[in-house]
Amino acid sequence: MAAAIARMLDSDLWWSFRRSPVTIASAVVALVCILGAAFAPFLAPHDPFDVATLNLIDAFKPPAWAAEGDAAYLLGSDDQGRDILSAIMYGARVSLLVGICSVVFAMLVGVAVGLLAGYAGGAVDGLLMRIADIQLTFPNILIALLVDGVARAALPPAVHDRVALFVVIFAIGISAWPQFARTVRGSTLVERNKEYVLAARVIGISQARIMLTHVLPNVLGPVLVIATLGLSNAIISEATLSYLGAGVPQTQPSLGTLIRIGNDFLMSGEWWIAVFPGIALIVMVLSVNLLGDWLRDALNPRLR
Amino acid sequence: MLAFVISRILQALPVMAVVALISFAMFAYVGDPVAIMLGQDFTEAQRQALVASLGLDQPFFVQFAKFLWNALHGEFGLSYRLSRPVAELIAERAPATLELAFCAALVSICIGVPMGVYTGLYRNSWLSRLFLTFSLIGVSLPTFLIGILLILVFSVWLGWLPSFGRGDTVQVGWWSTGLLTASGLKALILPSITLGLFQLTLIMRLVRAEMLEVLRTDYIKFARARGLANRVIHFGHALKNTLVPVITVAGLQLGGIIAFAIVTETVFQWPGMGLLFIQSVNSADIPVMAAYLMLIALVFVTINLVVDLLYYAVDPRLRVGGGAARGH
Repeated sequence: MAAAIARMLDSDLWWSFRRSPVTIASAVVALVCILGAAFAPFLAPHDPFDVATLNLIDAFKPPAWAAEGDAAYLLGSDDQGRDILSAIMYGARVSLLVGICSVVFAMLVGVAVGLLAGYAGGAVDGLLMRIADIQLTFPNILIALLVDGVARAALPPAVHDRVALFVVIFAIGISAWPQFARTVRGSTLVERNKEYVLAARVIGISQARIMLTHVLPNVLGPVLVIATLGLSNAIISEATLSYLGAGVPQTQPSLGTLIRIGNDFLMSGEWWIAVFPGIALIVMVLSVNLLGDWLRDALNPRLR
Repeated sequence: MLAFVISRILQALPVMAVVALISFAMFAYVGDPVAIMLGQDFTEAQRQALVASLGLDQPFFVQFAKFLWNALHGEFGLSYRLSRPVAELIAERAPATLELAFCAALVSICIGVPMGVYTGLYRNSWLSRLFLTFSLIGVSLPTFLIGILLILVFSVWLGWLPSFGRGDTVQVGWWSTGLLTASGLKALILPSITLGLFQLTLIMRLVRAEMLEVLRTDYIKFARARGLANRVIHFGHALKNTLVPVITVAGLQLGGIIAFAIVTETVFQWPGMGLLFIQSVNSADIPVMAAYLMLIALVFVTINLVVDLLYYAVDPRLRVGGGAARGH
């Protein structure tokens, strides 16, 4: 363990990380977002889902620094007297959860397809990459919306409410796999002709095993970069779907849902209900994007 | 030339076929149109008659062929939600979306290209840094959030521009346009900026990168050595040679603009096709979803085709290799 840490502190990655103040700042911000979301039940000042503590007298409180603000509601409260800050922390939980799960899903599908296409070559490669090309012609959000719409039409409402979260994860994940598949296929094409693969083949290791234990670890570098940048895209996709009313169920509001609710009160002057969840979303996405940019540059040997 | 066009069209056909199959599968297997059309009281004989009249007892491929035939004639049946022909609904909403998409594309090109040229030429000036920071934020901001913030500032706080709808429209033939009235033009401003911002930042970054690349080449050095004016070098020589990728990306992004119009139209309650689609998704109105999907696919395939042909027209190298030398 200690040796692993020592090795990490000595690595190029750590060196380029320490040299970039922007990256350090965004890592700190991202960490704060993740911890705040993960430990929301312990850290949030209120429980926005506990109906017993909600009081309509507390509805529409402006942020604490405004003239009629209440220190108990730091960022104000919404139409039902829910604390905005707490709602954001719980909402970020849903946003991050859906984002991470859908990226992992997209990654699993994409890496599997890319590895198979690159390693098998020929007709399999042609077919799989053609499918990826066709899907890439259409924007992710359209595909996610469509999958969500079909699920809504195909499942009875009661069932749909229960699996809505999985539907969203599936919809966003399935809309993002081609990026992974194309990258992995590209690196696999390079790797499969290298000598270690030929050597493995000569000593009679099975094709599946060569693919999984020899080629796979060597093509994962770029995947990490796409996954990081993909996470911010997935968070945006989820927020967009929820804003459009097609995403996560009402009972588990994400940041997008909160913005949609706040949107209804924008014209009557209660701007904080939509704006603060929006800012939280921007901060989260921006920090992940900056981390992804840094990772891409740090892992790219041409830029060293 | 002809062989190139034909090969491109042949490549586009399978895409359309796949999309048509998906649309048809949605029609045929999602939800039960018979149950929806029959209502509560019916006899088994009535049900059988309806199934037969809709052709639902026919084999899969016969049904699919019929669906394709109808789709080619613009027939997509009745909307479950509004009980009106889908084709009519879409035709009525199309002008709003197309005008919005056109204005957004205009915004992104007319602002994005000059910004890209500036940041490429004066890469270290403070204004360039400002533009680049702005573009990073533009990429990170979700479309709907940009719309909400613009509404908050320009409609709620300043009260300058309307926050929803198209304003007054004028009927020109079957086309209802908002471009001819003052309120229609005012209503277009915020949605166009919202929709075009992402493309704007993309075009700006692309033009900048291409300019930096081109300015390093020998022919620019040669042009400088010939003593040509900076303006001629920058715009006549450099910018002109960055246009191939810019046309490609701008063209392909036009499809993205139409897709993201769904979001922008929802934010601004813009009565276009995107809003219609979202309402259909929320109420599981399959015929409208299927028709919209086919339409969007057609738009995308056409755009890809046109971009390929433009490539062919702009880049003479393609003509020699007969399409084999495409790409970098």
